[in-house]
Amino acid sequence: MAENETLTALGEAVAALPGARTAIERGAELVLTLPREGLVEAMRRLRDEFHFEQLMDLCGTDWPERPLRFEVIYNLLSLSQNRRIRVVVATDAATPVPSIVSVWPCATWYEREAWDMYGIVFEGQTDLRRLLTDYGFEGHPLRKDFPLTGHVEVRYDEDRKQVVYEPVKLQQDFRNFDFLSPWEGLTTLPGDEKVHLNRIEGGKS
Amino acid sequence: MSGSSAMASEAGPLATSADPATMPSATGTSNEVKTVEVDSHTINFGPQHPAAHGVLRLILEMKGEMVERADPHIGLLHRGTEKLVEYKTYLQAMPYMDRLDYVSPMCMEHSWVLAVERLLHIEKDVPERARVIRTMFAELTRILNHLLNVTTYALDCGAITPALWGFEQREHLLEFYEAAGGSHYHVNYFRPGGVARDLPADLPGRIATWAAQFPKFLDDLEGLLTNNRIFKQRTVDIGVMTAEQAMEWGFSGPCLRASGVPWDLRKAQPYEIYDQLDFDIPVGRQGDCYDRYLIRIMEMRQSLRMVEQCLGRLKPGPIKILDNKIVPPKRGEMKRSMESLIHHFKLYTEGFHVPEGATYTVTEAPKGEFGMYLVADGTNRPYRCKVRAPGFAHLQAMEVLSKGHMLADAVAIIGSLDIVFGEIDR
Repeated sequence: MAENETLTALGEAVAALPGARTAIERGAELVLTLPREGLVEAMRRLRDEFHFEQLMDLCGTDWPERPLRFEVIYNLLSLSQNRRIRVVVATDAATPVPSIVSVWPCATWYEREAWDMYGIVFEGQTDLRRLLTDYGFEGHPLRKDFPLTGHVEVRYDEDRKQVVYEPVKLQQDFRNFDFLSPWEGLTTLPGDEKVHLNRIEGGKS
Repeated sequence: MSGSSAMASEAGPLATSADPATMPSATGTSNEVKTVEVDSHTINFGPQHPAAHGVLRLILEMKGEMVERADPHIGLLHRGTEKLVEYKTYLQAMPYMDRLDYVSPMCMEHSWVLAVERLLHIEKDVPERARVIRTMFAELTRILNHLLNVTTYALDCGAITPALWGFEQREHLLEFYEAAGGSHYHVNYFRPGGVARDLPADLPGRIATWAAQFPKFLDDLEGLLTNNRIFKQRTVDIGVMTAEQAMEWGFSGPCLRASGVPWDLRKAQPYEIYDQLDFDIPVGRQGDCYDRYLIRIMEMRQSLRMVEQCLGRLKPGPIKILDNKIVPPKRGEMKRSMESLIHHFKLYTEGFHVPEGATYTVTEAPKGEFGMYLVADGTNRPYRCKVRAPGFAHLQAMEVLSKGHMLADAVAIIGSLDIVFGEIDR
C-alpha cells in the first residue's frame, strides 16, 4: 500500500509539468501523458528534478482508428529513487515528435527504430536512418496496415548470380482466424433488442 | 579484418602522393606545397566475423590503428518477432521468446510470463514450487549465459582453453534444461501461471551434484584468466565507462554494475522469490572490460548460492495455478471429464483472453534489464509487444567505448559487452 501512496504522490508531482495528465495503471505503473510541445524541457525536468536518470526504452505503438494514430512510449527509470514512469506522447505520421537525444544520448537508436518500424519522425534527430530493416527497405513494418508477410521476398538467383527481390508469392493464403466469439461481449441478440432494453438498461437506471 | 592490411596499403600511397593538383588547398595562403599525411581509412568489420559474436556489421573509421568512429549496422538477424507475436496467441508467442537471447532462453521466457501474469492479475496466485523452479532455472540460465560470454570473450583475447572447459559445464546445464523442459535449448518451459510440467524426481539431486563441483571449475577458470598477464593487458583500462556515462547510455546489468552503480533488479524491485534469497551484488569500480569480466565471474558464484538455496526450498506442491481457463488441465482428467476436454481444446485453439491494459515488466536477465512492454486489447492476442533488449543499449555505446582504442581492443570491447543478436535485432 505504501508503494501505492508514493506512486500517487509522484503522480501528483509530475502532473505539474505543462499539459501533463497522469494515470496509475493497475495500481502499479505510473503513466504520464505529455503534449509534443515542450517535450524536451519536460523530459529534462523529469531527469533533473524527479531523478529519472535512465531512459530504458522508447517505442512506438500504432492505433489506426485514432486521429493521432501513433503513440511514442518512453520508459524511464530512476536508480536513486527506485521508481519507474511511462511517458506517452501522441502523434501522427506527418507530425514530428521532438527528439530527446539532447537529454539521453541513448535515445538515438530507439528513435531510429521507431522511425524504421512506424515512420514516426523525430525532430532534431540528426541520424534518422533505418536501423533494423534491410538496406533499401520500403515501408514501416510494425504498422497495423503492413501485412505480416511483407511485400517482397528475397532469394539467390543462380542465373543472374545475385540476390533478387521479388513480390511475395504465397503457396497458401495467410490464415488469420477470428476467435472473437459472438457470444462474448454481445449483450443483445438480433431481434431481441426490446428484452435487452428492459433488462439491462432498465436494471442500470 | 582481413581487409585491414589491404585497406591500409591502399590508403598509404593515396595519402603520400604529393600531387598538388589533386590535393585540396591545404597550403592556405603560402605558395609552398605542404604534404599532409593522412592515414585514415574505413574498415568493414563483419557481418561474418568470429569476433563479432553473431552478425554484427561494424563500420570502423580508423586513424592509423586507432578507432575514430564506430558505426554498428544491426538488423541482420531481424526476424520481426514483435510483429509475429501480434499474430499469435499468448501461448503461441512463448517459443519466440526463447529465440530472442538464445544464450539465456529461460530468462527471456521469464519476462514474458511475468508480463502476461500481471495483465491477467494472477501474479500473486502462482504456487510456491513454480516460483522456486523458475528462480532456480533463471539462475542456472545466468550461469549458462555468463559461461558462454566469459569463455568466448577470453577466446577473442587469445585464450582457447577456457572455451573448451566452459562448454563442458554448459553441456551439464543444458542437460538439466532437457530433463525439465524436454528440449536441449529452446525449452519453452515457463508458462503464465507456473511452469509447463514438474521436474523429474532425480533432477534436484543431479543439480546438487553439479553444484558441488562447480566452484572448483570456477576456481580453475579464474586461475586461467583473472591474473593472466596477457588477458589483463588486453582488458584492463579498455573501454572505460564512468557511472554517469553508463546511466545516460541506458546501461543495465553487469555492464552498469562494472561501472560502480550498485543496481540489480533482483534486489531493487524483487520478483519471484528473490526477496527471500540471500545473495550479494558484486559491483565494479573502473568500468573497464576487465571489471565487466570480474563481475560476471562473481555473479556466477552468487547464482550458484541461489541455486543451492532454491534446491533447499523445493517442497512438493502444485507447479501451476488451478484455473483451467489459463493453464491446461491434466492429461488424465481429460480422459474422463468433458469440461477438461473443452478447456484443453479452447486453450490450444483460441487461447485465453487477456484484459485490456499495458505493462512494462522487467527482469534482471543475465545481460541486464530485459523489459517487456506488452499492450493487451482484451482479445486472445497481444496488441503490441516491445522487447527491451539490454544488448541494444550496450551496443549503441560502441562508439563511445572504442573511440581512441586500437582495432584489437574493439574486439575485446564487443566481447565484454555480451552481445547476442537474437535480442538486439529481435
